[in-house]
Amino acid sequence: MASLLFCGPKLAACGLVLSIWGVIMLAMLGIFFTTHSAVLIEDVPFTEKDMEDGPTALQNIYKLYNQVGYNCFIAAAIYVGIGFLSFCQVRLNKRKEYLVH
Amino acid sequence: MSSLFRSEEMCLVQLFFQTESAHNCISELGHLGLVQFKDLNPGVAAFQRRFVKEVKKCEEMERILRYLEKEMVKSNIVIAATKEKEMVPCARDVLELESTFEKLEQELREINRNHAALRQNLIELMDIDSLLRMTEDFFEEAESLLTYSEPPSEDSVSMTVSSHITSRRNSNSSTSGALHLSFIAGVIKQERFPAFEKVLWRLFHGNFVLRHTEMQATEELQAVRGAVKKDVFIIFVQGDHVREKIRKVCEGFRASLYSCPKTLYERKQMSNSVMTQMEDLRMILRRTEEYRAGVLTRAAEHVQEWGSKVKKMKAIYYTLNLCNIDITQKLIVAEIWCPVSDLTLVQSALIKGSEQSGSSVTPVLNRIQTQQTPPTFNRTNTFTEGFQAIIDAYGVGTYLEINPAPYTIVTFPFLFAVMFGDCGHGLVMTLFAVWVISQAESLRKWKNELTDVVIGGRYIILLMGMFSIYTGLIYNDCFSKSFNIFGSSWCVRPMFHAHGPWQNETLHEYHHLQLNPFVPGVYSGDPYVFGIDPVWNIASNKLSFLNSFKMKMSVILGVSHMLFGVALSLVNFVHFRKFQDIFLQFVPQLIFMLSLFGYLIFLILYKWCITLRSETAPSILLLFINMMLFDYQSEHVLLYRGQKGVQIFLVLTAVLMVPVLLLVKPFLIYRTRMKTRHQVFRNNLNDQHGTDTRSSYSQHQKDEMVSMGDIFVYQAIHTIEFCLGCISNTTSYLRLWALSLAHAELSEVLWRMVLQVGLKISSGMGSLMLVVLFAAFAVLTVTVLLIMEGLSAFLHALRLHWVEFQNKFYEGSGYKFTPLSFDSLLKTQQ
Repeated sequence: MASLLFCGPKLAACGLVLSIWGVIMLAMLGIFFTTHSAVLIEDVPFTEKDMEDGPTALQNIYKLYNQVGYNCFIAAAIYVGIGFLSFCQVRLNKRKEYLVH
Repeated sequence: MSSLFRSEEMCLVQLFFQTESAHNCISELGHLGLVQFKDLNPGVAAFQRRFVKEVKKCEEMERILRYLEKEMVKSNIVIAATKEKEMVPCARDVLELESTFEKLEQELREINRNHAALRQNLIELMDIDSLLRMTEDFFEEAESLLTYSEPPSEDSVSMTVSSHITSRRNSNSSTSGALHLSFIAGVIKQERFPAFEKVLWRLFHGNFVLRHTEMQATEELQAVRGAVKKDVFIIFVQGDHVREKIRKVCEGFRASLYSCPKTLYERKQMSNSVMTQMEDLRMILRRTEEYRAGVLTRAAEHVQEWGSKVKKMKAIYYTLNLCNIDITQKLIVAEIWCPVSDLTLVQSALIKGSEQSGSSVTPVLNRIQTQQTPPTFNRTNTFTEGFQAIIDAYGVGTYLEINPAPYTIVTFPFLFAVMFGDCGHGLVMTLFAVWVISQAESLRKWKNELTDVVIGGRYIILLMGMFSIYTGLIYNDCFSKSFNIFGSSWCVRPMFHAHGPWQNETLHEYHHLQLNPFVPGVYSGDPYVFGIDPVWNIASNKLSFLNSFKMKMSVILGVSHMLFGVALSLVNFVHFRKFQDIFLQFVPQLIFMLSLFGYLIFLILYKWCITLRSETAPSILLLFINMMLFDYQSEHVLLYRGQKGVQIFLVLTAVLMVPVLLLVKPFLIYRTRMKTRHQVFRNNLNDQHGTDTRSSYSQHQKDEMVSMGDIFVYQAIHTIEFCLGCISNTTSYLRLWALSLAHAELSEVLWRMVLQVGLKISSGMGSLMLVVLFAAFAVLTVTVLLIMEGLSAFLHALRLHWVEFQNKFYEGSGYKFTPLSFDSLLKTQQ
């Protein structure tokens, strides 16, 4: 069981805080991207081609928005995993602290 | 009545109490923490005071306690936490404690000495043991060679075999017959061995046999001796003369030599005896360590309690040194400063103290009038003490002066937030502050200077964070992106063909296009409900608009803050009954400021409220400059009708205030002095006194003339400082704009350079990159934007308070009230 512990208490706590922040912020970013918020236009990787006049111009941009949004959701899910890992490390560290005494 | 508005009223009280009850009374006052003892023997040096011996005793005890604590930490013994308020011991208990401490210290030192000696012995025995084991093979080799070389041959003296041999000596040097080899065995540090070998070679030219092996480092060896590597060596030589030389060389290299018996049987015996000796030593060592641990554990239960007792006693003796003992040695006189509202508490504490000591006479309190300035005491609670501390850091308020702390609780976080203004960062800061507040007690145990500062300011950080969320919502800035909660007032579609000038080709030709608010439908006519419109976040001329807005806002905030400061000086004048100063200082200052800078604020607000065409709108800065220079040419555009007349009137008023500030007050002082002089003169003439009154009188006149000049100079300095300071301080408030611009730009750069790189990758790898880049973004946000920018904004907001705000009304020349308080004593020294 001891080999499952690979980081100290401070690193685990930092990881936990970072993951919680990451989950919340990336989930909200994902929501804002999938609702096609105009403020985030600079973060969407569109090119000149997507903006050509045509019936599908708007849909192209929306598709790109959705892609970025899904990327954000996947990243948020990865952070959920990292958060769970950090939480386990924190608990293992606490247990080790009790055992020494 | 105690409030944060003004410092408390203090009184000087004389205390008389009996010598026997001194300890208990002072300890009760110390627990109360509300009185400050005045030094009644200021001329006496520290070593001449009455209780200096007792203080020295207490310090000696503290030293012993520190030594004990260090020993406990070395042996990993837990020091038990202290219980609640213990009774302060009287003089008898002091002696008892002292003897206990001395005994403990002696015991501990002896145990340590014995332990060290035993350890050294063990090391030696271990060396001998490994020496014996390893030289077994050498001896076997030597003996086998001896039996083979019975007939001495000339060149088969393979005794000279050594790994480094390059030339063989003639057998002339070897004796015939059986070789009598003597040997020297010892242990040397491995790093010294090559040099050792070289020296031996140079000395004896290979006329010896040297064998060495590394000593095996068992775990026990390592625990006892440390990680030093040692080699066992044995040198076979002929002759005693050579032996002496080798012995000296070994001493030089600090190798320890051990005598080794020649025969196998003896060696085995020696090995056994060494083994048994080592076992014994190990057991003794273990017992010693157990005993030591026992002594320390027993002491550890009490060490905290003893520590606080000793500190309290030292404080009491130090206080007693400040008091006067009268002739009969039975009465102690002390003078204390204490808040008027707490006199009854002090009285009851003294009565309790004297009851505890069993004396019949209750202590006497006698309030005396004095001309000395009392110390400044502001009663604070956990929330307000942080803000009071940052005010006191610049200067403790003069006695009974108005206290800027209650306003600082609001204005300081607000000015910080104006410079910091970001919802997201404010939210992180607030959450951090909430965590620190909830964990304050356990964080205090870290005893790091930095964490102590953060813990002391936890409520300040909380307020700064909350206000930053508010200003972040106004600037509409959250990690450099805006929220569109209420719907933007600007619309792009009406700019196109049907209503407006744009066509599809316009989009291809131009890279930048400007929305024209006069085209119907583009601007809805109502501004965004709360804060800055989100459309500005994606506009490329965002900074032109925001800079103008933030600069004007900074000036408005600055002038309001300073006017508030001037208004507070009115309160001070009323309290100290300097009604003359109200008309000679407060009113002219107010009129000067309002007529110039108040008018500036009016211009800013007026220009914001009316509709203008941006091509023809006058610049406020130019209007202001022309106003001061009386420059009114016909082609200048003015904002409203009658502006010229109003402006001329205001400037003339302001200029008129300057001589009022400069001259009227000294002139009035001069006139009053003249009047009193005429009065005295008339009295003198009536009395018909001699020349001595007249001479003393002219002296008096000279003193007056000198101080008149001083008064004029002082008033001139004050006037110039105020008038020029108005302009420079107003400009100084522009740092509110500068820092908020820096923060916004840093935040945007961080988003664009770090997070956007991950967002722009639209393939599947984008999410992994996003994970990594988000971590970098978070770390950089915390270190650069929160910590660095936070400290910077904190510092600038503090400077604005200390200099620009407080120099309008604050004197800050008092001294702080430092009561005798055991709680703060134990807290600071823990």
